[in-house]
Amino acid sequence: MIIETLSADVKSVVDRWKDRRGNLITILHDIQDRYGYVPREAALEVSRQMDAPLARIYEVLTFYNYFKLQPPGKFNISVCLGTACYLKGAPALIDEIRGILHVEEGQTTKDGFFHLQIVRCLGCCGLAPVITVGDKVYSAVKRSDVMDIIAEYSKDSVKNG
Amino acid sequence: MKRVLIQDTNGKLKKETREFLVSLNSQLRDRGLSSEVQTLMAADIGVYNRGIALKVLPEGFTYVNLEQKHIPEIIEKTLLKGEQVAGIAREGSVGQMRIVLRNCGVIDPESLEDYIAHDGYQGLARALELGPEKVVEEMKKSGLRGRGGAGFPTWMKWNITRGVQGNEKYIICNGDEGDPGAYMDRSVLEGDPHSVIEGMMIGAIAIGATKGFFYIRAEYPLAVERIQKGIDICYSRGLLGKNILGSSFSFDIEIRLGAGAFVCGEETALIASVEGLRGYPRPRPPFPSVKGLWGNPTVINNVETLANVSYILCKGGEAFGKIGVEGSTGTKVFALTGKVRNSGLVEVPMGISLRDIVFEIGGGVLDNRAIKAIQTGGPSGGVIPEQFFDTPVGYESLQKLGSIMGSGGMIVLDENDCAVDISKFYLGFCVDESCGKCAPCRVGGTQMLAILKKISHGKAEEEDLARLSQIAQAMQKASLCGLGQTAPNPVLSTLKYFMSEYRAHVIDHKCPAGKCSSLVSYRITREKCTGCGMCARVCPADAISGSRQDKYTIDAVKCISCGQCFDVCKFTAVSRQ
Repeated sequence: MIIETLSADVKSVVDRWKDRRGNLITILHDIQDRYGYVPREAALEVSRQMDAPLARIYEVLTFYNYFKLQPPGKFNISVCLGTACYLKGAPALIDEIRGILHVEEGQTTKDGFFHLQIVRCLGCCGLAPVITVGDKVYSAVKRSDVMDIIAEYSKDSVKNG
Repeated sequence: MKRVLIQDTNGKLKKETREFLVSLNSQLRDRGLSSEVQTLMAADIGVYNRGIALKVLPEGFTYVNLEQKHIPEIIEKTLLKGEQVAGIAREGSVGQMRIVLRNCGVIDPESLEDYIAHDGYQGLARALELGPEKVVEEMKKSGLRGRGGAGFPTWMKWNITRGVQGNEKYIICNGDEGDPGAYMDRSVLEGDPHSVIEGMMIGAIAIGATKGFFYIRAEYPLAVERIQKGIDICYSRGLLGKNILGSSFSFDIEIRLGAGAFVCGEETALIASVEGLRGYPRPRPPFPSVKGLWGNPTVINNVETLANVSYILCKGGEAFGKIGVEGSTGTKVFALTGKVRNSGLVEVPMGISLRDIVFEIGGGVLDNRAIKAIQTGGPSGGVIPEQFFDTPVGYESLQKLGSIMGSGGMIVLDENDCAVDISKFYLGFCVDESCGKCAPCRVGGTQMLAILKKISHGKAEEEDLARLSQIAQAMQKASLCGLGQTAPNPVLSTLKYFMSEYRAHVIDHKCPAGKCSSLVSYRITREKCTGCGMCARVCPADAISGSRQDKYTIDAVKCISCGQCFDVCKFTAVSRQ
């Protein structure tokens, strides 16, 4: 992936936080907010501009689950696997999604539309089991609902191509 | 206008309830009261298993175990005179008590004026008047203990840091709510951000901090937004910055985002994360209260704790200390979830029994199944079986049962949940989240998980059970931080209370709850099968074949034991063994 504005993007983020002590995680958050993940080029650029070894950037990136090193799909499906969701059948939902999309956890479909992610507690246990697609939350999902939910987005992706 | 809400019993007493309502309506008509009293069938008035029940508004009287003979008296006394009828009134009702959640859903969380109109920032004003020493004194009177899990007295934590010399001191609010199944911190941060900001400022006065940090999960964007707005508005009104409210107290707050690491709930790991490093814990002492963030004295308080602080300083420590029980004062917010009828956040005074929380407030088990246990404390806690449900909730009482209060996750398990499976779930979580710094946690957790997997596949030997508790004890004693020390708790407590279930897996190769898929098999009872073919349609493995005439059968070789046919069969023709 080539991002032409990358150097300037990173500079604006680094400049914004440069006076704060312990700012690396904050900077990486901002970069991920912008690109949806932290591209290697951006990590290299952060390393250059902050005058920090690349290892220092990656030790943080790889420690925290929140940071993604691969580009996300067009639609990001997150299945909550918190305790309440687990007990109420989230594992079956994951099975179903795997079966329909032929992807494993953390993978994106070949066409780049869907990315399957398993998350630890979205903090809405009263609605268990919960799936989110992008920002949209689906609550009390049944195995038989999964196909419909995915179909909603597949149509979109065909339309908008 | 009065309203009578009748609980829709929707099951056992459906007919009786309808007849009661019809009779009530006709008697009201006879007395010409139809236009003054409205009667309604309500889905839920919060009373369970008490026969026919109703609630009269606006008085709020609740009557239970009703029969038609009670109607004239209810009309005469309550509906006409507004008096309570003795004998049928609900007794010993347990209620929730909202201190932490006092403003949630009541005020506009983004409005400072609204918060101030609900006694907001009065605690801060009082704390400025009292000065550090007396603030700590007030906290001591309240008896408040940390709500994050360990239950360390808040006043003591503050007092230690107050006594340490240092140019710069910090206070951090731990909003990295990582326990899967608990979400009270999120609700407070989103619903009443100023109560937490105020609590932090009071803490800062007590310990002499000049700077505060909110450490909040990045997964909670709304919480981050609301706190940021709260901070901004405080700066613009002189509640943050230099010389707050005209005093000599100056204080700054900023937000730091967590990035998804359960271990950052551990104080020393959290500090490392605020410093922008990997969230590794380090050995203690030195404790953060002496040497914390960037080597300076630091206090870390949980969100719920700080929301209590602002209340305590406003209403007085003594009044707060009277709520709850000795040693565990105040209230606790629980995230009541799992197989419970009404799931959600509940805030109750300490000392209430687990049974009251689950059955009176939560309405009992979902679909009227039998309850198996209550799990408290998340991955660091344990299960509590039914014989202990009358235990009053408190820090020590739960610890005695092998569980903990924790941050407040409370998960109801029913007869279909397997003890081995649930401990495997929690341990799997801790193994995933172990930072890998110390061997007892890194290696011990992985080995325990391997044994649990063997058990759930029916491939374990009897000695494995002893091995499991040996490793668990080693982990408890030797791990560096709280994560590793408490990770074996779910396993140990299920071993303690559900040993027979473990043995059934190991010796009989059976999962009594029918959850561990390698140990269950499904078959179709020919006599019950109607030939509808529903099972064959949902089977993902094409293991079911047949026709309307021949009925359906499962090919055991192809079957993957997913249980979908079992769930979908309307005629209970699919049986599980």
